[in-house]
Amino acid sequence: MSASTGSLALAGLLGTPALGALLLAAIPRYRVAAALNVTLCALTLSCAAALYWDRPEPSLYLLVDDVNTVFLLVGALVGFSTSVFSAGYIAHELQTRRLTARDLRFYHAMYQLLMFAMNLALLSNNIGLMWVAIELATLTTVMMVGIYRTSAALEAAWKYFILGSVGIALALFGTILVYLAAQEHLGQGMVAMAWDRLASSSASFDPSLLNLSFVFLLLGYGTKVGLVPVHAWLPDAHAEGPTPISAVLSGLLLNVALFALLRFKLIIAGNPHVLAPGPMMVTMGLVSVLFAGFMLYRRRDIKRMFAYSSIEHMGIITLAFGLGGPLASFAGLLHMTMHSLTKSAIFFGVGYISQLEGTQRTADIRGLTSSQPLLGWLLVLGVVAIGGLPPFGVFTSEFLLVTSTFARAPWLAIALVVGLLIAFSALALRLHGLAFGATDKRHSLPAWRLAPMTLHLLLVAAAGVYLPGPVVAWFRHVASQLG
Amino acid sequence: MSPLDSDIAHLLAGSMVLLSFLLLYQDRMFALLNVFALHAFALAGSVAWQATLQRAPHLFITALIALLFKGVIIPVALRRIVVRLGIHRSIDTVVSIGPTMLFGIALVGLAIVVMLPVTQSESEFVREDLAFALAVVLLGFLMMVTRRNAVSQVIGFMSLENGLVLAASGARGMPLVVEISVAFSVLIAFIVIGIFLFRIRERFDTVDLRALDLSRGESL
Repeated sequence: MSASTGSLALAGLLGTPALGALLLAAIPRYRVAAALNVTLCALTLSCAAALYWDRPEPSLYLLVDDVNTVFLLVGALVGFSTSVFSAGYIAHELQTRRLTARDLRFYHAMYQLLMFAMNLALLSNNIGLMWVAIELATLTTVMMVGIYRTSAALEAAWKYFILGSVGIALALFGTILVYLAAQEHLGQGMVAMAWDRLASSSASFDPSLLNLSFVFLLLGYGTKVGLVPVHAWLPDAHAEGPTPISAVLSGLLLNVALFALLRFKLIIAGNPHVLAPGPMMVTMGLVSVLFAGFMLYRRRDIKRMFAYSSIEHMGIITLAFGLGGPLASFAGLLHMTMHSLTKSAIFFGVGYISQLEGTQRTADIRGLTSSQPLLGWLLVLGVVAIGGLPPFGVFTSEFLLVTSTFARAPWLAIALVVGLLIAFSALALRLHGLAFGATDKRHSLPAWRLAPMTLHLLLVAAAGVYLPGPVVAWFRHVASQLG
Repeated sequence: MSPLDSDIAHLLAGSMVLLSFLLLYQDRMFALLNVFALHAFALAGSVAWQATLQRAPHLFITALIALLFKGVIIPVALRRIVVRLGIHRSIDTVVSIGPTMLFGIALVGLAIVVMLPVTQSESEFVREDLAFALAVVLLGFLMMVTRRNAVSQVIGFMSLENGLVLAASGARGMPLVVEISVAFSVLIAFIVIGIFLFRIRERFDTVDLRALDLSRGESL
């Protein structure tokens, strides 16, 4: 009985979005489609939750373990609340005729296809299958970024497509090299591509091949994570696509790419003769934090600004996992969860703000706390949370990371703290103009539309005040597996 | 494996590198498409030869996909797009031909220097095949960054994918999943690009990406 629950959940995680995409492509009415989109995401979320209690046996293609369960749950939760936000958001886009009913049909089908691709990438036990899934996720998001067909949106989509393909090509070359290293010991065929076999027997692989492969994989999947210097697509894609897609990109897709990188890191780290992958990840992470921190000062577009903040936070998470050890990995995992929730909440708010104000230019948006008090204050709370101030969960994870870095590499910790402070003050500076300041505008927005944003921020605040024992134990267990 | 067998494999893989160089300096759209078709033929030959040597019949499917899809269908389709858009005259490059070729030679040197030492445990044959494949991949990158025009960037991307397929077919016994997925992803990628070219045409009356570079999203 229990074994079948797990397999059912697994089938649900992949089948719901795949069938959903077909179904949504056939539904012309956008209200029905939006409601169905929310229902499908809720189903996926419940399947992801079921995997926490019961897991099917791993096969050569699919694998459910402690690590990907965390990623799946966070992903399904953000996917669900984004679908709720999207229902309110697209109604407005249709009214203002920025999108047509046909565009929306396409948009909903692509949304579910993206969910399918991400679940497949997270669940796959086969490094080739994982690559295919991440490529599919890239292609669906490219289509959605370009959906407005303005010149800026087309440029963003083209840039994303070209850089994304280059990244994905590098990652495939790295994957082929890993297979070559593995097939001498595991034999030819599928076995030499199964991640669990690779991770358990990588000690006997050829170290020089593994070294070379990790360089390709780090640059390849690092492009998708948005690490500096291969981040150039990320701000454009966030700024020019529909805001629900910005939320999904930051809250989900970046995590999936990071997950792929972590899977390979575990393979490489299993071989004692290989160059340690950690320092390379730490360097790229730190450079991303510092670079994004400085870039935040010059942003004039509100979505672009939060996109740079995503680069900063992905840098922090990569640094944490690169540093390794139980405490830093725990901090990285917690930070990833908190960042996903907070950043998607901020994008929900930003989506409504840009619709109400009719612009994304920060200079034209003023006094949100008086024009739309609830939205304005939620944005303030979101920025305070993402800046890493207590009592929010981001503070907890950043504090843990900084303290564990101080114990092991004090200079690195100082650089990290400098980066965090630069980014925080840039955000605080912009927030002042956005949220306060004089305005005589008054906006009305139904309160239910702010429910997803409120829910995310409440979760993040709750995690900052008190992390329940089972969650801590679970994350600690996962962190110990991440090395 | 007899010396003749590996010589033929070298000839085919080496001709792909050579054709990648030819792609680099084409300045006419139709010539570019023709050379790309040849590139795909060389890939098909190379993969088919690998299939014979490794006694891996599934690789023949990959060879067939390369031959029909990349060698015939895509060049024909792109030719039609080029004709319809009226952009068959000449191609703008960012860097002039001379420096590009020198840089390409340096990249091939890099591929050999990087690949040969790290694959010492592999057979001579696999090692050199991989070095050729990496060279084709790097030349594809070079082409993508030195071209302004959308169609030639797409060709650069596909020649890069050809290099990946060459690497995958050279890796002994690599499961079919990957080869089909690579071919399939090219198909999807092509559809995406097709839509893009269409939309770009709708907006700007040109497929020159310089028109797009003007819109930085933050122009104010």
